[in-house]
Amino acid sequence: MGEHAGMSNRAAVIGVGNTAYGSFPERDEYALGAQAFRSALSDAGLDKRRVDGLVVCRIGYYARMGEVLGIDPHWSLTLPPHGRMSGVGLIEAVQALATGQATTVALIYANIGRSRRVNYGGDEAPSVWDPWGFTSPGASHAMMFRRHMELYGTTTRQLAEVSIAIRHHACLNPDAVMKKPITVEDHETARPIVLPLRLLDYCLINDGAVCLILTTAERARDGRKPPVFISGFGGLDAFRRSSIANFDIDCWHDEVAVAGRESFAMAGLRHDDVDALMCYDNFSPTVLFSLEGLGYCPRGEAGRFVEGGTLKLGGRLPTNTDGGHLSNSYMQGWALNVEAVRQLRGECGARQVSGCAVVQYVQATPCTRSIVYTRG
Amino acid sequence: MSNAKPLPVITALDRGFWDHARAGRLAVQVCRNCGHAHFPASPVCPECLGDVQDWQPVSGAGTLESWAEFHRAYWPGFAADLPYTACLIRLAEGPVLVSNLVGNPEKAKLGAPVHVVFEKITDEITLPKFSLD
Repeated sequence: MGEHAGMSNRAAVIGVGNTAYGSFPERDEYALGAQAFRSALSDAGLDKRRVDGLVVCRIGYYARMGEVLGIDPHWSLTLPPHGRMSGVGLIEAVQALATGQATTVALIYANIGRSRRVNYGGDEAPSVWDPWGFTSPGASHAMMFRRHMELYGTTTRQLAEVSIAIRHHACLNPDAVMKKPITVEDHETARPIVLPLRLLDYCLINDGAVCLILTTAERARDGRKPPVFISGFGGLDAFRRSSIANFDIDCWHDEVAVAGRESFAMAGLRHDDVDALMCYDNFSPTVLFSLEGLGYCPRGEAGRFVEGGTLKLGGRLPTNTDGGHLSNSYMQGWALNVEAVRQLRGECGARQVSGCAVVQYVQATPCTRSIVYTRG
Repeated sequence: MSNAKPLPVITALDRGFWDHARAGRLAVQVCRNCGHAHFPASPVCPECLGDVQDWQPVSGAGTLESWAEFHRAYWPGFAADLPYTACLIRLAEGPVLVSNLVGNPEKAKLGAPVHVVFEKITDEITLPKFSLD
C-alpha cells in the first residue's frame, strides 16, 4: 500500500471534452474522437502540436486516429474496447508523464454502439456458456445481485435508489440523455430483462466520444483553467475467476477494497474527504458493490446505505452527478472522469457539489481501479 | 437438425467434457500433477501449470450459488423458452459453473442442494443441467 506515493500529484488533467451522446450513424469513431479531441484542446487552450502522447480506446486503428488528428506521438497506447479500460488508461498516462515518455497526453475514447446496434450479448460475445443461454454482462450482474439479495436481504426497492439518484442528476444536467424523473414504482415495474434486473438497472448505449488531456504538474500550472490533479490511484485485477465474463462471485469486494485503500493512501486522504463519487454504473448493482468494497458502508449494507437519497446531490455522497452510465450514456467510465474534473473546477451549474475539493472515481470490474482527483 | 440455439464448438481441449456428457456423466478437468479440479477447460493446470490433465467424472451434486431469470432472448432459439433460468452451481468437488436450473426454479434458494440432469440436444451434444434436490 502506498507504493505509488512518489506519483501523487505528478500529473494533472488540463482539458476535457466530449461530443453529444445519441445516434450518429453517419459518423464513425474517428470523426467522433476528433470532435472530442478538438473540444478538449479548446478547453485546455492548447495547440495540438503540444500533444506528444496518445491513448486510444474502442477505436479501430490507433494510427488512423493519429492520421486524422495529424499527430505523431512520442508515446502511444491502444486499449481494448472493454469498459474497464478508462481507469487503466488514465493511470498508464500518469506513468508515461512521470517517466518523461510524454509531456502531454490525449486520451480518446469513442463508442458507436447505438447506431450500429451493439447489444453486448449473444453472438457478439461468444462464450463457453452460450449453449445454456447464459450471455450478456447484464445477466452476470443479475446473478451477482441475486447473491447479494440472498446473502444480505438487499431488495430491488433499495436498488431502485441507485437508479433514481442518478436519474435525478441527469435531470439537472442539460446535456444528459434521460430527463424524466423516475420513482421506485417505475423501477419495480420496468420491463424485466434478466431478473432481478430490469430496464432501469441497465446503462444506456449511445454513440459519442470523450477526450481528456493530461500533462505534468509543472506544465499544468500554465493552462487556461485550474489543473485537476491525479492525487491517488490503485487497482487490482480479478482474472483467475474470469471464465464467466463480467462476473465475480464476491462482487469484486476485495479488489475494490485494495484499489480504494491504495488510492487513499497515495493521496493522503480518507473517505470523509471525498465530496463526490464517480462510480462505474454499467448496471445499478455495481454501485452497491463499489460502496461496500471502498468501505463507505460495511459489507452487505449498501442497500440500506443508499436509502433516503444518500447518493443524491445534497446527500451524504453525491454519486454520478452527470447522470452516469444509467441515465446519461455508457461512455465506459471515461465521461465519469470528465465529470470529476468539471466538478473540481466548479463548472457543473445546477448539479454542482458545493465546495467540491476531492472526487473519487471507481470501477468495480475484472480490472478494478480507483482514482482520487483533487485541486492539488 | 434444425436448432437455432447456439451449440458448443467442440475442440481438442474440451472434447472429453462432451464425450462424458453424451454418456450421461458430468466431468471436470483434473490435473494429473497436483489434482486440481477445474472447469471450463484450460490448456494447462491453472494451479501448477502442469500439462497433463484428465477429464474425470464427478458426483453431479452441488449447491446453488445464484441464479438469473432471462426475459430477453439474445438468440432467436431461446425465445420460446422465456423466461428461462440460468444458475451458478458449486460442485461438491469444487469447480463453479454456469448451467440451467430446471424443474421448479421458483423454489430456488441460496445454498440449496442440486443435482445434475441431462438433456440431449443433438446426437453429439448433451447438456448437463441442474435440478433442486
